[in-house]
Amino acid sequence: MTFLHNIGLYIIMLQKMFQKPTKWKVMKELILKDTEDTVINSLGIISFVSFFIGGVITIQLALSTTGSFYPNYLVGYATRETIILEFAPTIISIIMAGKVGSFITSSIGSMRVTEQIDALEVMGINSINYLIFPKVIALLLYPFLISIAMFLGILGGMGACVYGGYSTMSDFIEGIQTDFIPFHMIYAFIKTFVFAFILATVPSFHGYYMKGGALEVGKASTTSFIWTCVTIIIFNFLITQMLLG
Amino acid sequence: MISVKNLKKSFDNNPILKGISCDFEKGKTSLIIGQTGSGKTVFLKCLLGLHKYEEGEIIFDNNNLESMNDLEKMTLKSNIGTVFQGSALFDSMNIEENVMFPLKMFKEMPFDEMQDRVNIVLKRVELLNSNKKMPSEASGGMQKRVAIARAIVNEPKYLFCDEPNSGLDPKTAIVIDNLINEITQEQNITTIINSHDMNSVMEIGEKIVFLKNGNLEWVGSKKDIFKTKNKAVTDFVYSSELYKKVRKMYLKS
Ligand SMILES: Nc1ncnc2c1ncn2[C@@H]1O[C@H](COP(=O)(O)OP(=O)(O)O)[C@@H](O)[C@H]1O
Ligand SMILES: [Mg+2]
Repeated sequence: MTFLHNIGLYIIMLQKMFQKPTKWKVMKELILKDTEDTVINSLGIISFVSFFIGGVITIQLALSTTGSFYPNYLVGYATRETIILEFAPTIISIIMAGKVGSFITSSIGSMRVTEQIDALEVMGINSINYLIFPKVIALLLYPFLISIAMFLGILGGMGACVYGGYSTMSDFIEGIQTDFIPFHMIYAFIKTFVFAFILATVPSFHGYYMKGGALEVGKASTTSFIWTCVTIIIFNFLITQMLLG
Repeated sequence: MISVKNLKKSFDNNPILKGISCDFEKGKTSLIIGQTGSGKTVFLKCLLGLHKYEEGEIIFDNNNLESMNDLEKMTLKSNIGTVFQGSALFDSMNIEENVMFPLKMFKEMPFDEMQDRVNIVLKRVELLNSNKKMPSEASGGMQKRVAIARAIVNEPKYLFCDEPNSGLDPKTAIVIDNLINEITQEQNITTIINSHDMNSVMEIGEKIVFLKNGNLEWVGSKKDIFKTKNKAVTDFVYSSELYKKVRKMYLKS
């Protein structure tokens, strides 16, 4: 029952997000600030994780595909497919659910418990539009972050592969270029846009509708992380089934 | 003037306000007092439109809240200033930006003019040279002053303050109470203050509304409070030895 109630509340929240918009002059500043908080400030961690996990993926692929049975370019090819199809869009989004998601929940949640949201409402401001809409717009830049993750993941893989002596640079690059299906890129970015929307709205929902005090803000962040992950994984499955299945 | 008639509000079938009727006059500070949990905040939030109530009427200068359309409600909201219990300052903005916020959102005026207006109200609440401080760097008393400045920057007709002096030392508490009272008289505002503090009652209690368990138990002024025979009021007001003594001395003289 509460589950259905929350789904309903979430949908109503999405509707309200587009009603009674905040003045553009103010909204512009909010979008810039949220872009910095969510996208720009994640560049470091995302680059770091992509580069090294890319390396690890490649080493493991190389180790399990040794022998003359496999073509030399296979490692590069498999690295590209793994990173573009799954690692960059999905795994990075899960990491972002922890980083950006809990940031969004705790910042909106603490505004709720300290009555800052009430203060917005009594002034006649649509607090849902004011707080959540700029985050959705800011995360439209999320595919940019994922592109960087894809690039650095493959670069890390190449580094690990060539310097670890698992294969040669030219074999790896040949692998990257083998059987490239442009639709896979489209699929990856469709996923990315959906995940961006989930990353902006699900944590906002948990922060906005929380009750209680400072302790509950912490709990809400945890719950929000779990639900953001679950939603991302479910949509990952559905989109993959629809587009590739 | 604000008239409230037979206001009823419950949460999950648990009645919190059980039919409250009361008038709040213009240019005057009315105090709502009562124990923690007696429904003071819920009452204010009904007036503010943050809670939906089941029954009753709330009338702002002959305009019934129920029969207002969205535009009229917006106009009403722009005429209300609110000071929340914990100040509710936006912690991502500095003091000046907090006070400027309502102007930025609702007024089409050049930045310099907004700046001037902000400085005027900050001066009025006696808060100078702190424009660029963040709320977290300000003391409790300063935060309250900022909250008051933000509430009056748009020159409201109505001012609602939820326990404006809670968490302050007694001296600062009285200063804040008096500040609100003076501004109310200067600008002819209809002001309602929630409080559980006897010092406020003695200081600015021209009109006192006593709530108990969601009922309006007693209405009067600070002079009446010494004479009243109402047991609920005397139990609440004279819970400390000091006030018992004060009452004895007052009645003797
Ligand atoms: N949003 C809410 N949901 C359920 N109960 C509430 C809510 N807000 C207040 N209450 C209950 O209403 C009663 C009065 O609360 P309140 O108005 O905050 O008291 P106070 O006089 O201390 O301001 C309390 O028992 C409180 O538990
Ligand atoms: Mg209260």
